[in-house]
Amino acid sequence: MTAPAPAPNDLPRPGYWPWFGAFAFLFIVATQATGLVTSIPDRDMGDLQKIMYVHVPAAWIMSLTFAVVLWYSFLYLWKQRENDDLKAAAAAEVGSAFCGLTLILGMIWGRPAWGVWWAWDARLTSTLVLFLIFVGYLAMRAFVEDPHRRAQWSAAVGIMGAINVPIVYMSVRWWRTLHQVQSSPATVDSWYVFNLRANAFAFLFVMIYFIRQRYVAARYERAAELAVQAVALGRD
Amino acid sequence: MSSAARVDIAIDAQGVARRFGARWVLRGVNLQVRPGEMVGLLGANGSGKSTLLRILATLLKPSAGGALVYGHDVVKRPDDVRRHIGFLAHSPGLYDDLTARENLQFAASMLGLERPDLDAALDRVGLSHVRDERVRGFSAGMQRRLSLARLVLANARVLLLDEPYSNLDVAGIALMNELIGESVAGGGAALVVLHELAPAAGLLDRTITIREGRIADDDDDAFLEPEALAAAGER
Amino acid sequence: MAWRDDWRRVRAIVWKDLTTEGRSKAGFNSVAALGVTILVLFGFALGPDAQALRDAAAGALWLAVLFAGVLAFNRSYQVELESGALEPLLLYPGARWTIFAGKLLANCIFVGLMLVIVVLVGIVLFQVRVPAAWPQLIGVLALGSIGLVSLGTFYAAMASRSRAREVLLPLLLFPMLVPVLLAAMSASKALLTGDLMHEASAWMRMLVAYDVIFVVAPLLAFEHVIEV
Repeated sequence: MTAPAPAPNDLPRPGYWPWFGAFAFLFIVATQATGLVTSIPDRDMGDLQKIMYVHVPAAWIMSLTFAVVLWYSFLYLWKQRENDDLKAAAAAEVGSAFCGLTLILGMIWGRPAWGVWWAWDARLTSTLVLFLIFVGYLAMRAFVEDPHRRAQWSAAVGIMGAINVPIVYMSVRWWRTLHQVQSSPATVDSWYVFNLRANAFAFLFVMIYFIRQRYVAARYERAAELAVQAVALGRD
Repeated sequence: MSSAARVDIAIDAQGVARRFGARWVLRGVNLQVRPGEMVGLLGANGSGKSTLLRILATLLKPSAGGALVYGHDVVKRPDDVRRHIGFLAHSPGLYDDLTARENLQFAASMLGLERPDLDAALDRVGLSHVRDERVRGFSAGMQRRLSLARLVLANARVLLLDEPYSNLDVAGIALMNELIGESVAGGGAALVVLHELAPAAGLLDRTITIREGRIADDDDDAFLEPEALAAAGER
Repeated sequence: MAWRDDWRRVRAIVWKDLTTEGRSKAGFNSVAALGVTILVLFGFALGPDAQALRDAAAGALWLAVLFAGVLAFNRSYQVELESGALEPLLLYPGARWTIFAGKLLANCIFVGLMLVIVVLVGIVLFQVRVPAAWPQLIGVLALGSIGLVSLGTFYAAMASRSRAREVLLPLLLFPMLVPVLLAAMSASKALLTGDLMHEASAWMRMLVAYDVIFVVAPLLAFEHVIEV
């Protein structure tokens, strides 16, 4: 039988999360500043190379959100807990934002580097496909009203999409490499790599905080719906 | 709720609620039907009768509350519930481009019947003469009879019937009552959505009225005389 | 025992879908006609230079199959929804994956027949020289169609029962099909141009892997999307 409606005190409590959020944002400001100030301009690309401190971490973390969507989608189908569906949806929203960011930064970098906004580069192209898969997932959520149906369908679509991520990447790479030599970055110095990694951690913290905040908002929305339900059922 | 303790109850609904979007169609319905009972479900259009029936048939999930059919939970063990129920909806649920017999053949295969006696089932509902004609040309009453034949094949213990008498002629109504009577006499149960009591008057053990998603009155234990039934119908 | 019941259900669904489709031939005819129409339009976009047409033939062919196929996938559930037949279908006890398996097989046959027409017309319109490796080409067509039909049948189970099904199915389906389309187009193109780089077999292995993954995953997940 269905569990009783959660009481308001079941709602997620802030706890240490505001502190974590503050830390995440200070950390990202620090790592970005370090990256921008301390790194020497690239031989070919000049200061433009510094866009990588946002672009590369965003791309890494974006792929991580797919794993989060996959994890919570499985968990939902297994345990049938509504909260897991809300977490998967929160991760998908944050993931699509990061994905969009990756795409735009990639294009901004590509304009001077390749002379065109879009070069059908393997990574950029597969990121675009993943973005479209995310968009499909979120559009479907918007089209389905029944919460249970929406959760079931989203979990299935989320799992299928996540399974497809490595396949899309491989197929696009083959498609490129079999026709054209892929442009690979030249030597990179270790300070640049360190800065990239520090920024990746900063993005990771921001991602976790964003997903958490989006999830809390979704829980409040659901709580409001359940309050309406309680009134409608005369249990107020 | 332990399932073993309640198997003596055919249908046991507890606080069943269901919403569609923002609208609450069912607002907490408690209902028990014992084996050997035929219960009529009354109520105005949109009062939630069909929704309740569809939840009991595992076609919809309740937004809150739950129900057992012969001890099987409709949410947790839907497949066990499906083995016990025969559901008759408004729409006939037939394939227009298949013949009457082919429709039954398909149903028999899906039910996993080894040697279904399709011709006997068709004969029973009086459709032998059109068995090889496509359903597209059938009248509404004939389509309803064919759905009935599918019910005969399934041989279910609990009948969940949504306005089963609509579109049926006098002979069809008699046939429907015969089938319900057989099922109930054999230890089964029937929950029947009705918009008029007259066709089922001789069979009904009691009626339940749903008003705005709740049970309005449940004259449990009261065997209804034909006069009382007629009065209930006018309410 | 259980397997025999499951197999009986799969066969029943294949038989039912193909029989209803066969008796109202309008469905198949219009979908195939749409496939041919799309090919003609690609011809206008790319032609009339014979070499340009030949180069683009593989891509145009797969896109024509994709666009026409989308209609077939929604139709497959439309038959159930029109007369309220989905409810009885869901009320039969037993495993739900059999419904998907049956519809998958029926749709494979449907799309396969459409493919025959579209390919023959495409060979003529795009002035394709049939290569010596035509058995492999048929293999690519089959492998590509299986991946296409499996995900199409799966997503249509949701899209056909939602609001805005016309837009939702392509929106969900097309990005998911990028690997299968890339592989099928590339393999077909390689085979049509003599497979000088020996890349066709690599693409075919990718198609096999994709097909295995995206036939098994929907079979397992179907129960969750059809029940509500």
